[in-house]
Amino acid sequence: MSMTTIEAHGLRKVYGTKVALDNVDLRVDQGRILGIIGPNGAGKTTALNAILGLTAYQGELKVLGRDPWAERDQLMRDVSFIADVAVLPRWIRVSDLLDYVAGVHPKFDRAKAETFLAKTEINHASKVRQLSKGMIAQLHLAIVMAIDAKLLVLDEPTLGLDILYRKQFYDSLLNDYFDGERTIIVTTHQVEEVQDVLTDLMFINHGRIVLECSMEQFESRYVELMVHPDHVAGARSLKPINERQLFGRSIMLFDQVDRPQLAAMGDVRTPSIADLFVAMMGNSAVTDHQSQVREAK
Amino acid sequence: MNTSPIPNSELPAPSPKPFLWSVKREIWENKSIYIAPLIVSGVILLGALISAGHLPQRRQAAMMLDEAHRRIAIELPYNIAAGMIVITAFIVGLFYCLDALYGERRERSILFWKSLPVSDVTTVLSKMSIPVLVLPPIVFVVVVVTQFLMLLISSAVLMPSGLASTSWANFNLLQQSVISFYSLIIIALWHAPIYGWALLMSGIARRATFLWAVMPPLALAAFEKITFNTSYVWSLVKNRLLGAGDAAFDLHHTISIDSLSQLTPGRFFATPGLWIGLVFAAAFVIGAIRLRRYRGPL
Repeated sequence: MSMTTIEAHGLRKVYGTKVALDNVDLRVDQGRILGIIGPNGAGKTTALNAILGLTAYQGELKVLGRDPWAERDQLMRDVSFIADVAVLPRWIRVSDLLDYVAGVHPKFDRAKAETFLAKTEINHASKVRQLSKGMIAQLHLAIVMAIDAKLLVLDEPTLGLDILYRKQFYDSLLNDYFDGERTIIVTTHQVEEVQDVLTDLMFINHGRIVLECSMEQFESRYVELMVHPDHVAGARSLKPINERQLFGRSIMLFDQVDRPQLAAMGDVRTPSIADLFVAMMGNSAVTDHQSQVREAK
Repeated sequence: MNTSPIPNSELPAPSPKPFLWSVKREIWENKSIYIAPLIVSGVILLGALISAGHLPQRRQAAMMLDEAHRRIAIELPYNIAAGMIVITAFIVGLFYCLDALYGERRERSILFWKSLPVSDVTTVLSKMSIPVLVLPPIVFVVVVVTQFLMLLISSAVLMPSGLASTSWANFNLLQQSVISFYSLIIIALWHAPIYGWALLMSGIARRATFLWAVMPPLALAAFEKITFNTSYVWSLVKNRLLGAGDAAFDLHHTISIDSLSQLTPGRFFATPGLWIGLVFAAAFVIGAIRLRRYRGPL
């Protein structure tokens, strides 16, 4: 039986005149790994902050059956989050940090954290400010993975880290943490690195959900075709949602078009999330621009 | 460690102690809480050692005075030492509060603290407890130990001239410890609204917390002076800073406090100013708790 981890109806958040979340309906089931992708200022962080009880909101929101704004401290027993890279206090000693978390968190398994840390070069006597950015991320991940939480929220957890740390971050998360019962939500700009990690995908723009699908749906729905030069006109007649040029050949992205039919016109493959994102956001940016021009007239 | 065949929710929580650990972490972060009084104590003891050469002459001069004046003369360095340590602790406590809710927003670590099951109430109360509950006992120990070491220094120096016992006779350490203990409780309660105000301002300000805390009362006092040519606000501020002893001690016949009969806790606890101050302190702390809930990193 699959349980609902997050359920939102008409979730709305306004900052002054800026609508950060515009009547969002959302449902995330237990055991999913959801990637929320969107341009800067799209409302990703606002949505996560609402889920984590860090910001008040209008509308209805339940996380693990609780109202996050009203019951944040109880909720945090079952929810972990990494809200940014390197938010660990810089003055604290690694061993003190572990003592503190063990002291306040009923679901923190210190031995487990020590096991994760043993695989890194982090010294217990070091202060956080003496660690590299990558090591701080490793330390934070070690703490979070040692907490037996039901929901883990990661907001740009690997921003500014080098490729080795980023790869390792998601590898440990999948191998040592995710067990099919926990739920993970992640936002990131490094879309390529999470493509194989996610079970669900969400695009968000201007405070609204633009796309919401499972990765299975994504793979069956979207097809990228590198068109054979003889079939360009024919392929265009099938209404690709995006077309770009690469090495003199057209690459078209199709939504819900019969795959064998496309295969006859060139090489087909599943697009990357990044390609679909650029296609959809690029289009919406253009339509926005056009509507603004129209309004201006 | 926590491996158990029973699901976690069925088990009683392994009793986390968020308040205790929050206080501990404040002390880890703000080592000046105990280092500053220790440094001042060290400076005082160094000064006592350096000036020890003149002590025999001074003591001989003091012995010529009548009993009351002699006592005051001999007590003076010990009272100055205690006063300096107490003032240091006040400054440390004040600046601690001014940074308490500001520093975590500035360095963004608030995003980490808030990811743990520690409520805003616990966090803010643990921060308020530093100047009101943690600093006074530290100051007490430092004051008593400093005065004891000063007595040892003076005894050693006065031994050859046979005056060593005059220090102990005129400065009764045991009795003075009781007076120090009482004074520290009085001061902590009297200053609680100042600390609460600093905490509130550290939650409001986006920068320059000191100015945020100091400018409103100063501006109000200046406005009152210019507009009405009165200075109620200023005397209120002054009373809050320095007035703790007014009701707490009987200073009718003397400027020094060297007898337990001078302690008037009954009068102090019957002072409306104390209770009004504590009501304000509570209001400021409640305000700070609300701010901690709404405010994110800067």
